[in-house]
Amino acid sequence: MYAFDIERPSTIADAVTALQGEDAQALGGGQTLIPTLKQRLAAPSKLVSLSGIGEMQGVCVGDDGAVCIGGATTHATVSREAAAHYPGLAALASHIGDPAVRNRGTIGGSLANNDPAACYPAAALASGATIVTNNREIAADDYFQGMFATALDEGEVITEVRFPVPQAANYQKFLQPASRFALVGVFVAKYADGVRVAVTGASENGVFRWAEAEAAFSADFSASALDGLTVDADGMIADLHGSGAYRAHLVSVNTKRAVEAAS
Amino acid sequence: MASVSMTVNGREVSGDVEGRMLLSSFLRDDLRLTGTHVGCDTSQCGACVVHVNGEAVKACTMFAVEADGAEVATIEGEANADGSLSVIQQAFQDHHGLQCGFCTPGMVMSAAALLKENPKPTETEVREYLEGNICRCTGYHNIVKAIMAASGQDVAAIAAE
Repeated sequence: MYAFDIERPSTIADAVTALQGEDAQALGGGQTLIPTLKQRLAAPSKLVSLSGIGEMQGVCVGDDGAVCIGGATTHATVSREAAAHYPGLAALASHIGDPAVRNRGTIGGSLANNDPAACYPAAALASGATIVTNNREIAADDYFQGMFATALDEGEVITEVRFPVPQAANYQKFLQPASRFALVGVFVAKYADGVRVAVTGASENGVFRWAEAEAAFSADFSASALDGLTVDADGMIADLHGSGAYRAHLVSVNTKRAVEAAS
Repeated sequence: MASVSMTVNGREVSGDVEGRMLLSSFLRDDLRLTGTHVGCDTSQCGACVVHVNGEAVKACTMFAVEADGAEVATIEGEANADGSLSVIQQAFQDHHGLQCGFCTPGMVMSAAALLKENPKPTETEVREYLEGNICRCTGYHNIVKAIMAASGQDVAAIAAE
């Protein structure tokens, strides 16, 4: 690693101030950023750790019934504390990485990084979540802007994520066993006004909504509603783990499984 | 440089560290607690698992500065006060849960974290919990067996496969 300074503020306001320096970078749980720093693929002059900010920790339920999760909340905490409110989301959190990763990695860090194979982007997009930052609220539909790209500005911090709770939901993760990321992951969420389907791990543009599947499930929430529907293999990620056609096939299979398992 | 202080295996320690110093380096190089092994240094293998405030974390994927004020437990603190092996350590010996031993500190610390939150895990739960701990010798079987035995469960039914 190249050398850098590190600060550990205890309030959001102090973190935002610290991030105003040139080449300053926020540090969530570090489960992606630290390996990246070790490979010298990033060279910030200063890291601002968000792990000591109490007001960004924990899970609660808002007045509108939405589950609100502090941006610095670890996956392990979400898996425990969101289980009673949004079991589909808690189940997703309980299968990210491995136990030690889940004890450090955070929801804000995952969403800010927007890895094309990360799990949380699928949950946020399928739930129509709101990404709350230190200065605005961003709808999930506007937030994800392609592989590793988001609507966040320089120095902007995800302080909270609000998830409207669906009537039924399920996440199917086809595991890439070496990285423990999703080779393909599909999150299906059924709301009173329609069904949302978000796919991670598959597209070269990162997480996306599968509009045809959403329309089919909004009319008939069953696996058979998907018969004959496929996603185009063009634009799917192709690597040594799977071709684009293979990933496109996995999208259909896992979407069906998610609908069958949704509860 | 930043000054950090933490409790490691019940002992108050402090030091001046660079921002980029990993917790694993602080434990090994500054405190000379070399039981915490660095296997891959890429967050994959779990040999460096320690407990920070009671939770299993990879010491190679956390900065020392972030453990400021924390309670840290390493493999050196696992044995009983009289120096005899802990229940988990003894089970690893009894059931041949190690060969070269490089992964063992991380395995034992992960096992301790698992049994704290789930005192009677099923075999499947043990295997799932060890997803982030890689062993290249044992094929995992005897590690799983040792952890089941350490939880007080009958391991006779876990036949060698």
